[in-house]
Amino acid sequence: MADTTAVSHGHGTGTGLSNNKLLMWVFLGSECLLFGGLISTYLIYRSRFADGPAPGDIFDIPFTSVSSFVLLMSSLTMVLALSALQRGDIRNNRVWLLTTALLGALFIGGQVYEFTTFMREGLGYSTSPFSSAFFTLTGFHGVHVSLGILMLMSLLVSSLRGTLTKERSETVEIVGLYWHFVDVVWIFIFTVIYLVPSPTT
Amino acid sequence: MSTVTEAPVGDHEGDHDDHPTDRKYVEVAIVLGIVTALEVATYFVEMPGAVLIPMLMLMMVFKFFYVAAWFMHLRFDSPMFTKFFVTGLVLATIVYGTMLTVFEFWHKG
Repeated sequence: MADTTAVSHGHGTGTGLSNNKLLMWVFLGSECLLFGGLISTYLIYRSRFADGPAPGDIFDIPFTSVSSFVLLMSSLTMVLALSALQRGDIRNNRVWLLTTALLGALFIGGQVYEFTTFMREGLGYSTSPFSSAFFTLTGFHGVHVSLGILMLMSLLVSSLRGTLTKERSETVEIVGLYWHFVDVVWIFIFTVIYLVPSPTT
Repeated sequence: MSTVTEAPVGDHEGDHDDHPTDRKYVEVAIVLGIVTALEVATYFVEMPGAVLIPMLMLMMVFKFFYVAAWFMHLRFDSPMFTKFFVTGLVLATIVYGTMLTVFEFWHKG
């Protein structure tokens, strides 16, 4: 067991780096390709809204701005959770992990509200190429955030069971990398999809 | 400004784990919040697309790399991690930049 911990922390690996962390970075690099594809597809189809609502008519920028701010601040609470565990401060680690999960849930709640509002206004998944591309992109991102919340909750459960200790801080760091990545993808989506002026009817 | 705390557990041979203090993280978050507010402010101000879009792209890229550098610790960790991430990022930019060009996105919008 001690050997496993050593290898996960990079001692005794070929690169001198943690294999788990390296794998997460390779995964995040590949995720750039996934989201790059979804964003590009949206950009190509954003003007093809057929008879349905156009992006410029339907987006609620002030509401999405608040959601974006919530997700951005969850990155701060995530990094504070890691920092607390690295100091051996288990209590604050739990507080910040829970806060991050709650902020993530708030963001998802906002997305669900946005989606239902769009549906009420006549923008369904198959209404137009624009709507399909939009829901696929933001939906995929929402799934990523939801998975991140599950990871955070499992960390919290581990902490409450007493298995998440200072020595295992790398686990929180790796989940943190995933969480921050989800945040940087939203930084991209928020600007390119919402803030750059969109076509209107 | 002193930003270095004690070396955390899990110090690696190839890593540079001089992680910042909590205060520094809060400062980074404040900067990110201010830039986000500036981005949102552009929505309420009338300006030509030739000015607005490059401005938004600049702020977006700044926020992207600022989060990656400070919150994802690329600034302090092994350059190997940066290389893997940037490889994916550059590959995605080339592939989808080409795709958008093929679909004449830059002309048609």
